[in-house]
Amino acid sequence: MLLTLLFIFLSLGIVGLIVIPSNKKLLMRQYALFITSVVFVFSLLLWLGFDQSTPKFQYVVNWLWLPIANINLVLGIDGISLFFVILTTLIFPLCLLASWSFDKGDIKTYLISFLSMELVLLLVFTNLDLLFFYIFFEAVLIPMFLVIGIYGSRQRKIRAAYMFFLYTLFGSLFMLIGVIYIYLFAGSTNYESLATVNFSNYDQKWLWLAFFASFAAKVPMLPVHIWLPEAHVEAPTAGSVILAGILLKLGSYGFLRFSLGLFPEASVYFTPFVFSLSLLGVVYTSLTAIRQTDLKRLIAYTSVAHMNLVMIGLFTGTVIGVEAAILQSLSHGFVSSALFLIIGILYDRWHSRVVKYYGGLTHTMPIFIIIFLFFTMANLGLPGTSSFIGEFLLLVSAFEANTTACFFAATSMILGGGYSLWLFNRIAYGNVKLVGFDLSLREFILFLPLVLGTLFMGIYPNIFFSVMHAAVSNLVWADLWM
Amino acid sequence: MYLNIVFLPLLGSLVAGFFGRFLGGRGSGLITISCVGLSFFLSGLAFYEVGLGGSSTYLYLMPWLESDSFHVDWAFCFDSLTVVMLIVVTFISTLVHLYSTEYMGGDPHLPRFMSYLSLFTFFMLILVTADNFVQMFVGWEGVGLCSYLLINFWFTRIQANKAAIKAMLVNRVGDFGLALGIFGVFICFGAVDYATVFALAPQLSNSTLSFLNLEFNALNLIGILLFVGAVGKSAQLGLHTWLPDAMEGPTPVSALIHAATMVTAGVFLLARCSPLLEYCPDALFVISIIGGMTAFFAATTALVQNDLKRVIAYSTCSQLGYMIFACGLSNYSVAVFHLANHAFFKALLFLGAGSVIHAVGDEQDMRKMGGLRRLLPFTYAMMVIGSLALMGMPFLTGFYSKDVILEVGYATYSSASHFAYWLGSFAAFCTAFYSIRLLALCFLSEPNGSRTLLLSASEGSWPMGVVLGILAVPSMFIGYLSRDLFIGLGTDFWGNALFFLPNNISIIDAEFMSTGVKILPLCLSILGGLSSFILYRNYSRNLFLLKTSILGRKLYTFLNRKWLFDKIYNDFITQNTLDFGYHFTYKSIDRGLIESLGPFGFSNVLLDQVNKSRSWHSGYLYHYLVILGWSNLLFGLWFIFGFKFLPIQVLFIFIALWSIL
Repeated sequence: MLLTLLFIFLSLGIVGLIVIPSNKKLLMRQYALFITSVVFVFSLLLWLGFDQSTPKFQYVVNWLWLPIANINLVLGIDGISLFFVILTTLIFPLCLLASWSFDKGDIKTYLISFLSMELVLLLVFTNLDLLFFYIFFEAVLIPMFLVIGIYGSRQRKIRAAYMFFLYTLFGSLFMLIGVIYIYLFAGSTNYESLATVNFSNYDQKWLWLAFFASFAAKVPMLPVHIWLPEAHVEAPTAGSVILAGILLKLGSYGFLRFSLGLFPEASVYFTPFVFSLSLLGVVYTSLTAIRQTDLKRLIAYTSVAHMNLVMIGLFTGTVIGVEAAILQSLSHGFVSSALFLIIGILYDRWHSRVVKYYGGLTHTMPIFIIIFLFFTMANLGLPGTSSFIGEFLLLVSAFEANTTACFFAATSMILGGGYSLWLFNRIAYGNVKLVGFDLSLREFILFLPLVLGTLFMGIYPNIFFSVMHAAVSNLVWADLWM
Repeated sequence: MYLNIVFLPLLGSLVAGFFGRFLGGRGSGLITISCVGLSFFLSGLAFYEVGLGGSSTYLYLMPWLESDSFHVDWAFCFDSLTVVMLIVVTFISTLVHLYSTEYMGGDPHLPRFMSYLSLFTFFMLILVTADNFVQMFVGWEGVGLCSYLLINFWFTRIQANKAAIKAMLVNRVGDFGLALGIFGVFICFGAVDYATVFALAPQLSNSTLSFLNLEFNALNLIGILLFVGAVGKSAQLGLHTWLPDAMEGPTPVSALIHAATMVTAGVFLLARCSPLLEYCPDALFVISIIGGMTAFFAATTALVQNDLKRVIAYSTCSQLGYMIFACGLSNYSVAVFHLANHAFFKALLFLGAGSVIHAVGDEQDMRKMGGLRRLLPFTYAMMVIGSLALMGMPFLTGFYSKDVILEVGYATYSSASHFAYWLGSFAAFCTAFYSIRLLALCFLSEPNGSRTLLLSASEGSWPMGVVLGILAVPSMFIGYLSRDLFIGLGTDFWGNALFFLPNNISIIDAEFMSTGVKILPLCLSILGGLSSFILYRNYSRNLFLLKTSILGRKLYTFLNRKWLFDKIYNDFITQNTLDFGYHFTYKSIDRGLIESLGPFGFSNVLLDQVNKSRSWHSGYLYHYLVILGWSNLLFGLWFIFGFKFLPIQVLFIFIALWSIL
């Protein structure tokens, strides 16, 4: 019921935004912020009423769409998807707040794109029907494509939007074939029914590969990662935040929910493949990140590295690994969002993303630099921040699964230190190159929830783990090891 | 009370950090000093209760993370080892806080500085009081962060920036090993808290662990991985390069972090893991070899350094080598004893050096000092005390621990220990030589500084003097006073905190060695000191000739450039990695191969094909007729001869070729 209410509220909110006349920009902004904040409160209520003791789906909504073909829209939340939902609802109000002074082109379209993106993302994360999952998974592309293509900063944005669209669409076509095959084979696309279906080993492998093609482009894994830096560089700040904070999680969420959940044997079969690809990804993108000169491109490459670590955790097939992967996804949602917001603040003031342009900002913007330092340290996994918990547990599980994999994955501790410190040092220290205002109250409030969340998750992560235990244990013990 | 010991410095740090601009330099100084001072006072009580009273204390706060079988708590454990570290850390920290208010008094960022210092103290206390490996890792990384911030305190200086990044990165290489060690501990023992791990260690001494697809003895592997962490933090050979560079930070920082406390964390880790390490003979072998080599390497390098602080930094490195090598010989109590002693006299030396630098207008090059004996008599006296204690002159503090380390080195009958013993003895010679050289160049020789500098040189005000005076007392007497408590035969001070396998106890053999062997290191020290004194007093001309001779020049350059470690790391490892990251992964693959095969290759091919097929639609009838004719012919052939003659694949190839051409 609560979930239905949430979706109805959000949809009505979008309709309401259409009604507001285009010249009342402030009103539209306040309205959109209000809608997303209320949705955030809704999602917190979901957490509050969540029953931790069961792996079953809760708040289930069943909407008969094509009962004759057995395709119905089913929504529900379990311990795995709950935090993805909360992350989504938290990031969106922050994004709107961050683009408060963003005034380029039609604000109405901009806000509608964002609100509809939130709606679609929430639908993806709560979806329990394979066909609808595919539809919404693809539908996310449209508003994001618009945001990059219309509100991007340079002419190159067309190329970036093209790459973004091409990669994700191309991968997803395979998933569509897989979904159709599953539907023809099992006669249903309902997740809970499919979980009881036993696909043959041969089928599983092909289906796994079909889904892999789609999710790997989203994570992104190695050969199909180049859309991400491109899209990040061209997207407006809020777009980058959504991209890094939430869109990348679609990939890991998809792997977790569908690849591991539906094709456990194929997942085990392909584990060495995923490990090698992810390890390459971690080392390769970290090395590349060290040499970037564009702020956003650098952070984008680090995102790739971190998400590849998450992949290793997912495929260790241990409860520690999977829980850590979820927590690391969540933590990455906080930290990389914050880093993109930080770059957004620099870009707002000086309209440059070149690292060399900046220097000595700690002289004039001390509060900003403290926050930047905090997130730099979170990015390199300093204990006490959320990424430490995620990274440490991921590596523990990797050590359990394969010490060699763990060894190479752990080099990200060193390489991560390299790029993070270098970037921070270049921007914060040295002689004064620029003079600018420190954070405004709005910007400070923007960072406050992220800082507190990152710290809280680092010092007392149990509150997150306790929600996951039932669902993840069920996934690992019932599916992977049966 | 026990919790306050740990959290008071954090409180001070937060207050000074966030409200420093309202409190001002003096206010924040007062707050942090009183917080850390109170923490010291409570540590004293804890020392009495836990160390002397023998009642170990355990404090449980809350669970930290629980995932499957991985369970970690926020909890504190106070045993004898911890309280010794507590006393050392809070004592030195309090004095350094006091010293800094004067030394950094003119700096507008004093509140920030005090806040960092207190934060450092907090993390150091977390490190020593943790009851499990992961929480220890929090402190371990936390002190690394504070070290980064403090080295970088004067952030406009590019050298400070470089040194800070280097310190953190090199340390992370060590942390990488430590983290792997902790993972190994969890995989083998199923737990990461000390109590469980150490209790189970004897049971697992024969188990194996596969690492990098090779089969290792589990405990040996873990021991070596943990030791890699210690190598990073304690600046042992291989990962030592950050320590001398870290001297770019303010001098009180060098005294607190890079001499007395943080760099000893590695030694503390080894001592803490003694119940585990005792079952890893191979790891102990490696530890003692590396320790001995570090002691030797750093001492030889310190012989020819010209920067006042770098000499002391290399000396620290060398002394840490002694401690590590004592750990490798299973004499953890001796190592910790030397750790505590060293903290006092090395802090004294650094703060004395700070006093000198303060007096001569921030000049650090010893060749530009000289003649300061008459200008800074008090500092001179303090430096002499510190140097003599460092050299291990009889009845001063260093004598009681350093000589014992060398004695047990001789008395442990293994090749590794004798290797370390001889290197250590030679290092003792070098130690005395460079200590006296430092005194000679700074204080005794002819004045070499500019006239204005020398005229304005004067002692700092009372806080600096008081701190030096206070530190001089333990530098002289603490070794004598606490020797029996810490390393006396049959002392029960350590309780369960340190563990020795009965086979490995060598302190009794050390006690009854022949006198000749016992006084050999001392003789070498005296010889080194005397020769240095005489050479630099009367024969500096001969020294110069020696330095400029062909062989001497080569040796001098080699030592002065720190055995070329930095050059090898920079030129062969770092530079190649960075080049790889740019030219190969980024330029060739990301922006080259993938882009041209991926989206842009795709769009180019598509565009090309579209253009070609467009040219077919020329509008001329004969073009269409040709195509019509050809296809009629082909289909005719197909119908007549069927698939046998013209398989469909051939047809496709034909069409494809046609379309491309």
